[in-house]
Amino acid sequence: MANSGVGGGLTRRQLFERRARRRALIIASTSSLAVVLAIVLLVPLAPGWEAVKNSFFNGEVFLRTFPTLLRAFLLDMLIFAWCAPLIAIWALVIAICRDVQSPALYPLRIFATIYTDVFRGVPVILVVYLIGFGVPGLGLPRPWNSPYIWGSLALILTYSAYVAEIYRSGIESIHASQRAAAHSLGLSGADVMRFVILPQAVRRVVPANMNMLIALQKDVALLSFIGPVEIFRQAGVYKSLLANFTPYVVAAVIFLAITVPATRFADALLARQNRARS
Amino acid sequence: MVRSRILGATGIALVLAFSAGGAYAAGDCAAGKTITDGVLTIATGNPAYFPWVIDDAPETGKGFEAAVAYEVAMRMGFDADQVAWTRTSFDQAIQPGAKDFDFNMQQYSITADREKVVDFSVPYYHAPMAVLTTQSVVDGGAAPTLSSLAGLVWGADSNTTAVPMLNELIAPAKSPLLYNDNTDVVEAMKANQIDAALFDLPTALYLGAVVLDGGVILGQFPADRSENPDRFGLLMEKGNPLKACVDDALNAMTEDGTLAGIEATWLSQNTGVPVIE
Repeated sequence: MANSGVGGGLTRRQLFERRARRRALIIASTSSLAVVLAIVLLVPLAPGWEAVKNSFFNGEVFLRTFPTLLRAFLLDMLIFAWCAPLIAIWALVIAICRDVQSPALYPLRIFATIYTDVFRGVPVILVVYLIGFGVPGLGLPRPWNSPYIWGSLALILTYSAYVAEIYRSGIESIHASQRAAAHSLGLSGADVMRFVILPQAVRRVVPANMNMLIALQKDVALLSFIGPVEIFRQAGVYKSLLANFTPYVVAAVIFLAITVPATRFADALLARQNRARS
Repeated sequence: MVRSRILGATGIALVLAFSAGGAYAAGDCAAGKTITDGVLTIATGNPAYFPWVIDDAPETGKGFEAAVAYEVAMRMGFDADQVAWTRTSFDQAIQPGAKDFDFNMQQYSITADREKVVDFSVPYYHAPMAVLTTQSVVDGGAAPTLSSLAGLVWGADSNTTAVPMLNELIAPAKSPLLYNDNTDVVEAMKANQIDAALFDLPTALYLGAVVLDGGVILGQFPADRSENPDRFGLLMEKGNPLKACVDDALNAMTEDGTLAGIEATWLSQNTGVPVIE
């Protein structure tokens, strides 16, 4: 009746836990496999599967459209690249406006409040149309009436409203005593914000902002409504020329290749932050 | 039971005999092949545009496509009150699975790629493509020659065959901007973001005359061009048994001149637009 059992001097407790882990692993993989098998085997039995496969998962169309769609995706990346930093800056300005303490600057607070309310409440596509067609319609000369400029501005204005609210939640999460303490050390209001509040606040909301980046990455496609031929528009062109939806699946695959790693990265950041806090 | 069924059948036969008026006794071709027995369901766009359908009301039979639809229906043995209209988008027309229309009529160009997924009737219209632009662009020196056109900033409706034609025939120096529908193309032209856009001629004439202030039709590419002739066909579900009946009706209409007559009635202003060589 040895307490230390067989496998390399493991205790009974360790052996039990190892068995339990193995059992859980086997059950988990069996059930996952069963679900996958059920989907793979049952879906093709549906009477319309051939038609659906031909319309959405057509290998020939996939190969034919992939290179052009990948090239069109570069435009999405470019628009994203110049929008993201501008959103980060403008949102910070709005967030700070919402937090001004001085009574004389109260109009700034009102402006920031109305701004976030309006731009969070209006559908992005309306803002894109309104600014993308409306402002150039006022009679701007080329190249200042470009849909790229005004469409990007529409995205920046809308996304800044959301990101400003995220910043604000970060700013408000810094305990008021820190502000009081900084003031008592002789720091001015601006310095308190700059050296005490913002460095902590911005760091706290990085994971939340990662989610906004992922959302922005997809919403860049909305610019196609006012002309730019980015990946979704190019997929739409193929869709109507080939009468086949596979190009959209190609676009989705390209998007996933970017957004899945980005999402995992955001999750990892969040997990690290939670560990640091606890 | 049996007797009432026979009576019913006789009734339908009588109705058909009266409605067909003897001249077109083709009623049996389509019998049992429509999605609703005794009714021909025709789909059009939402909205349907001038001059294809006047006032977005295909039931009136006014407009080129509405008139063709009723003529085809009549030759297939359907009375005007046996025609039901429904609306679909382009995407609904090509989605896999059962369709909720017998045929769909909204200026679908017949292409080999599309024919892999849906069936088309024989063509009912050969569409010239036309260049819509504004007076200020013409004043700026745009001319109906390929070299002049290639220097313009182009726009088009992304769902149309104007897109490949634009890229292959005109090959503009700057890549074209593409939009969801006619309205957005015109809006971009008003905002001076594009100089010109390519449409089928009847659509271009309508947009230039009614929707766009100062609109000008710079020229047209004739319908019988050798490269990519644009022919409109009725769109049907792949393997639709009605196709033979529809083709027969359209062929007969072409042969006896009815189709040309309808075209002359509704698309008469098409003449007089300069041809781009």
